[in-house]
Amino acid sequence: MLELKNIGYKINDKVILDNINLKFEAGQIVAITGHNGSGKSTLTKIIMGIVNQTQGNILFNGQNINNLSVTERAKLGIGYTFQQPVKFKGLTVCDLIETATHKPLEIKCGCDYLSRVGLCAKDYLNRELDSNLSGGELKRIELAIALAEGKPLNIFDEPEAGIDIWSFDNLTDLFEDLKSKNNLTIIVTHQQKILDIADQIVVLNSGKLEKVGSAQEILPTLKPQVCAKLEGGNK
Amino acid sequence: MNAIEKELLKQIADLHKIPEGAFSLRVNGEGKTLSSTSEIEIEKKTDKPGINIYVKPNVKGKSMHIPAIITTGGVNDVVYNDFYIGENAEVTIVAGCGIHNNSSEDSKHNGIHSFHLAKGSNVTYLEKHLALGEGTGEKVLNPVTNIELEENSILTMDTTQVSGVTSSVRKTNAKLGDNAKLVIKEKILTTNSQIATTEFNVDLVGKNSSVDVISRSVAKDSSYQNFYSCINGKNKCFGHVACDGILTDQARIDSTPKIVCENVEATLVHEAAIGKIAGDQLVKLTTLGLTEEEAEDLIIKGFLK
Repeated sequence: MLELKNIGYKINDKVILDNINLKFEAGQIVAITGHNGSGKSTLTKIIMGIVNQTQGNILFNGQNINNLSVTERAKLGIGYTFQQPVKFKGLTVCDLIETATHKPLEIKCGCDYLSRVGLCAKDYLNRELDSNLSGGELKRIELAIALAEGKPLNIFDEPEAGIDIWSFDNLTDLFEDLKSKNNLTIIVTHQQKILDIADQIVVLNSGKLEKVGSAQEILPTLKPQVCAKLEGGNK
Repeated sequence: MNAIEKELLKQIADLHKIPEGAFSLRVNGEGKTLSSTSEIEIEKKTDKPGINIYVKPNVKGKSMHIPAIITTGGVNDVVYNDFYIGENAEVTIVAGCGIHNNSSEDSKHNGIHSFHLAKGSNVTYLEKHLALGEGTGEKVLNPVTNIELEENSILTMDTTQVSGVTSSVRKTNAKLGDNAKLVIKEKILTTNSQIATTEFNVDLVGKNSSVDVISRSVAKDSSYQNFYSCINGKNKCFGHVACDGILTDQARIDSTPKIVCENVEATLVHEAAIGKIAGDQLVKLTTLGLTEEEAEDLIIKGFLK
């Protein structure tokens, strides 16, 4: 479904990502982990087209998408959930879901999406996406929008950040649900519970692909520094 | 009504026909239609152009429409509308002015409104200004609003200037009594070389009086907006002014929020933020499938909603 061939990214002469080769299939949960600054978020931004690689090719369902804009990649079926949710003065949760789905939102659907992330539609659909919402609420709304989009490939950049009240079980259930619908889910994470459910774990180190394998293979080998957040995270 | 009149009324007051109830329509500088009810009396002024509106005490849940439209060039309309709201009355006033000018001559509307809200009354005032037409003549709107709020009265003003107005100077002066509350929500969009000036002067005279001014402006192309507000706290009171602006192209916005505290128990706050559309907002919306142009339009539409 998604193939990264020899992906490299440099800023001036500084190498951010070097020779990344990966292949993922539909119905997989892929966790990308590694130290801070190892290139995890940059790699997912390259897949979405937010950052353009300086080397290599990206194939999505066999199509080379190197030259496609973010908009075109979104229309092709790639979704992206930001680590820091974006605020919009004047735009409501309903506005953003309708933008994501390109159709008027039925109340029932709004309830479904928001209840899946532990929010009540009655309280949130008409709320503005501004500073009156907490970071945790904005994060959950980001996840609800991803659910509403229902794209074949969903990328989540540290979805656990800000999930302070809502339990991680619900978050992992959400990823399992996407998997059951044969979607490919790529998650940048440090969280043990998310790494546990991954079909593949990708470990990056200083921009290089350090290892790839199943959770059983990779988890015991992760260095304490990579797992540091596992200890202190909200379990 | 002809097609242009109908279009203007639809756009500024969401009117598709002459409404029932209290109503006044001004067309090209002349009072055209005027009707009163048993609770809201509208009378034509005898000493100068305009109307007096009297709302009886304790009237609840009623509304009135007082739009003004100009459908041709060469009109310089000056109108004085005075509102007298009785004690404990609660009403909604839908005003606004639309200009359609296809000519090379300028058209101007200068609406001078005075509000006198008696004790305990509560008024919601909705005003939309816009201009249409392809003529080279300017479309000018210069509203002046003078407000006196007696104790425990509330005035909520929601004003919008959406498009087409070549230049506007909006002046609002208010004096608030004890426990009176003024809320002003202003939205302005300017494009091309349009100029919009806004000036608020509010005197918080009464004890526990409050004002909240929220201004959102979008300036595109080479347009220019100048926002000035001055809140004077003369008693134990609360005042808040927020001016948010979005700039694109070569546009410019000046914002000058001024607060003057004359009482140790006055709490006055102002905040202003002006800048281009945030890059992360554009990226987020493109990840949802919008083009950058569509994303920019949606952000501005939401901002001015």
